[in-house]
Amino acid sequence: MTAPNPIELVCPAGGLPALKAAVDNGANCVYAGFKDDTNARNFTGLNFDEKSLKDGIRYAHDHGVKVLIALNTYPQSESWARWTAAVDRAADYGVDAIILADPGLMAYAQRAHPNLRLHLSVQGSATNYEAINFYHERFGIQRAVLPRVLSLAQVEQVIANTPVEIEAFGFGGLCVMVEGRCALSAYATGTSPNCNGACSPGKAVRWEQTPQGLETRLNGILIDRYAEGERTGYPTICKGRFEVDDETYYAIEEPASLNTLELLPELVRMGIRAIKIEGRQRSPAYVAQVTRIWREAIDNCLRDAAHFVPKAAWMAELNKVSEGQSYTLGAYNRPWK
Amino acid sequence: MEMRLSLGPLQYYWPRQTTLDFYAAVAQQPVDIVYLGETVCSRRHELRLDDYLELAARLAAAGKEVVLSTLTLIESESDLKALRRMVDNGRFSVEANEMGAVRLLAGQGIPFVAGPTLNIFNAETLGLLAGMGAGRWVMPPEAGRELLAGMRPALPTGIETEVFAFGRVPLAYSARCFTARRFNLQKDSCEFKCIDFPDGMIVKTREGEDFLSLNGIQTQSAKVYNLLADLPDLAAAGVDVLRISPQSAATAAVLAAFRAAIDGQTAQLDGDYCNGFWHGRPGLELIGKAA
Repeated sequence: MTAPNPIELVCPAGGLPALKAAVDNGANCVYAGFKDDTNARNFTGLNFDEKSLKDGIRYAHDHGVKVLIALNTYPQSESWARWTAAVDRAADYGVDAIILADPGLMAYAQRAHPNLRLHLSVQGSATNYEAINFYHERFGIQRAVLPRVLSLAQVEQVIANTPVEIEAFGFGGLCVMVEGRCALSAYATGTSPNCNGACSPGKAVRWEQTPQGLETRLNGILIDRYAEGERTGYPTICKGRFEVDDETYYAIEEPASLNTLELLPELVRMGIRAIKIEGRQRSPAYVAQVTRIWREAIDNCLRDAAHFVPKAAWMAELNKVSEGQSYTLGAYNRPWK
Repeated sequence: MEMRLSLGPLQYYWPRQTTLDFYAAVAQQPVDIVYLGETVCSRRHELRLDDYLELAARLAAAGKEVVLSTLTLIESESDLKALRRMVDNGRFSVEANEMGAVRLLAGQGIPFVAGPTLNIFNAETLGLLAGMGAGRWVMPPEAGRELLAGMRPALPTGIETEVFAFGRVPLAYSARCFTARRFNLQKDSCEFKCIDFPDGMIVKTREGEDFLSLNGIQTQSAKVYNLLADLPDLAAAGVDVLRISPQSAATAAVLAAFRAAIDGQTAQLDGDYCNGFWHGRPGLELIGKAA
């Protein structure tokens, strides 16, 4: 029997403290973004300026951890130069790879920085090996992050038919829509993940106590209404409660986190090369806790995949930091679809 | 050059005879380009590729330019098999709605239309696709006038620009089927419930406001997008083709109104419309007069 492929744990860094938390708790890679709309977590108070990124890269590299920079929104012609400048900056700082979604930007990066490693962002919406191989052949993409829409069998099919390393989401907030193919926020607020790097932006959110309960609105649209004592959530459109045929329910998705810990042996067997933890917008404490548990789990699994069982304590800890305090296997588990 | 009218791919799942009757009528209607094919869900099978090819031949004989549209979300090996068959059809050009299709088309040197879900937001990306064989591109629905204006100085020579101009806006795609979810069914055993909703299922907010429309794995706007009143603006912006999305009722009237407007006549459509995306606003807004 051959040894399983090494599998990298890729952890979110919304700022320097989170980056250090990821490094200290066993991440193999951290991913981060600049403080603007060149990345898909363009939130106030988040991300890195020049100094914090240089410090972060030094800290990570001193500990043998790679730094990946997400430049995964779609530049428009008038702002094109800002995106290419961001690519140049990332290359100059000595990051280990950049994560891109826009083909034009990939061509630029390949031309300007031929030795810079390119990853295909989940925002590129590549859900099959023909699409992934397209980015590989045309732009030299070396790793692709899969949208959270494929079943385990489909993930395996992709891996078997591409030379590109495959990274899959392991834990965190779950987009029910194909990443890169969702304009719900653009429709309601004018701000979109594709173009502005943000979904359901804070400036459009309103919380209001009313006689009917606590209401959350997005640009005036009622996303949910909570009875006394009900657990509230951020008004992301796909996680709201709406009426269809007079029935009120989570018409698109219940708020829950993705947690694939129990699938780890399968993912390792298939040859997944990296597991991604979502949550650049989350606290350093979240990053520390999730990273620590996943590090331990991956190490256990690589030691003895046949006898791997997620520890109850891991699952309990992860559930505590889950959205909606519950979890799902998402599309990896066919019935979810 | 005068703008041309296209009929986008049918987003919904209609019974076979309804679909055939619809396209028989389209052959007589004032539309220049017809996109055919299932773009939303690979489980839908009232019409198969051979049926679409037969329809395509009939529409071509009636003088229409016919383009076959690929699925937007290609996940399985059988999805890929169907895609390869479409790409290899040998006669009609193809609208690529994801990059796997682009790889196959470009690899064989087959000219194609770069569809609305390829996320083309700048001239560099469009230039690359044009170099691979795209002769036309469809702007992402969330993009508007300003995006096109920014790209215009660097548009690849000869490329045609198509804009989604009428219909419920396709906003999002998922692995999950929201129509099946409404009936507590799983996608794999969905009983094809979407066939009962020829224009999707309306999602209302909890205060009764129409917000979205569920069409299987696709989520659309509840409001109908309508750029009829913006036609002079679209022409000035360099738009070549206006896409009308089929709805179960009044598609013929919509085509006629847009045709009249292109021909310089007054045209009007009544309804609760939106046009925000074109104006760089939230999509659900209505800017100016809808006509």
